Amino acid sequence: MIKQRELVIVGGGPAGMAAALSAYKNGVKDILILERDEYLGGILNQCIHPGFGIDYFKEILTGPEYARRFINKLEQVPRIEVSLRSFVVDLTKDKVLTFLKPGSFNRIKAKALIMATGCREKTREMVHIPGTRPAGIFSAGLAQKMINIEGLIPGKKVVIVGSGDIGLIMARRFVLEGAQVKAVIEIQKQSQGLLRNVVQCVQDYNIPFFCQHKISKIHGNSRVEKVSVVKVDKNFKTVANTEFEIECDSILISVGLIPENELIEMAGVKIDKNTNTPVYKGLNKTSIKGLFVCGNSYKVYDIVDSVSSDSEKAGQSAAEYLKRGKK
Amino acid sequence: MNKTLTCIECPKGCILLVKIQHEKVKEISGNICSKGKAYAVSEIEHPCRMLTSTVCGKGLNLRMIPVKTNAPIPKSDIFKAMKEIKKLKIRKSVCAGDIIVRNFLGLKGINLVVARSCSRI
Repeated sequence: MIKQRELVIVGGGPAGMAAALSAYKNGVKDILILERDEYLGGILNQCIHPGFGIDYFKEILTGPEYARRFINKLEQVPRIEVSLRSFVVDLTKDKVLTFLKPGSFNRIKAKALIMATGCREKTREMVHIPGTRPAGIFSAGLAQKMINIEGLIPGKKVVIVGSGDIGLIMARRFVLEGAQVKAVIEIQKQSQGLLRNVVQCVQDYNIPFFCQHKISKIHGNSRVEKVSVVKVDKNFKTVANTEFEIECDSILISVGLIPENELIEMAGVKIDKNTNTPVYKGLNKTSIKGLFVCGNSYKVYDIVDSVSSDSEKAGQSAAEYLKRGKK
Repeated sequence: MNKTLTCIECPKGCILLVKIQHEKVKEISGNICSKGKAYAVSEIEHPCRMLTSTVCGKGLNLRMIPVKTNAPIPKSDIFKAMKEIKKLKIRKSVCAGDIIVRNFLGLKGINLVVARSCSRI
């Protein structure tokens, strides 16, 4: 017999935590959170910069502080079980989850399921940057994890491709850590990140910001040595005779996020192939009844405050679904 | 003199038009809340930034412990602050909110505080 749980939540980041607390408040008394990391908090733990919580808490918090607010609340609710280092590897349409935990292989059935699995970063391959494949190319979030969690500096002379918020935040972080940020290269006419981050992360440190430019080639054999940069027109076509080179040892890719939804796709949820998000009418809902998606796996949010508020609605929807089932 | 600023107080990023006379702010428009006004005055007269970074942990469950200044510090002190932060090590359990350096850089009322709790292993 497979053990059955009322509500299972996959992911213990801001979305999963808010969903769990809200489901509990709305009457669900058996809740299990599966988190693959050693800690709750998700990506917030590596976002050490301030700016979180202005809407939700009316305070300016760093990522770890924002996460802590929710972890504290969770710790006060013993009915919400948190299983760390628990990696879900399979999901069926009947909401049977298979997950690995060091030393064990587990299978449970959820009456209701909320997926709060967040996003992953787009890679160099997805934006087609030609050139060699040397060491020194990182996604911006990976570099953030290396510096803020592991205490490792991935490079000393950095070029950032794309101007997403993580890339801009990392531009400042590298400079503060003593590295040189040679340029931020953005193919669009303007920054893809928030204006405040352009000001406080790029302009504050006089980092050259090239809009309507792209990297035409990455050079280097074992390690990145330089990049070729070229201007593009409004149709993103290369403008002739505008190429120049920038010497660097590292490249950060900050070109956007993709919602991580392979598990629900495995279960048969209808997915939009372009956005990698569930196709269904209504916030957090999917084509499978009782299976909800919230936070950045539902759609890519700009700020965590809205993730928390919208994920609370997912907790509420799951509670309502479970109540209907009991009647 | 007129200057255009982008407010950094919240993600809205209001564009502020500031009239400056003798290095003092005379008039501000474009802000949708009072934070914008305060930001413009500070940005023109004494620009400040909140600083966050990490401190090395020794014998703790976290290798790097995030820290922050409890209030914005002068922009011109940022690199001096980073130099000081790099000298620090945390060897005992600390809680988020604990002060690790009081009157940081000799700035009155500015403390360097822990942003994530950690414990000895």
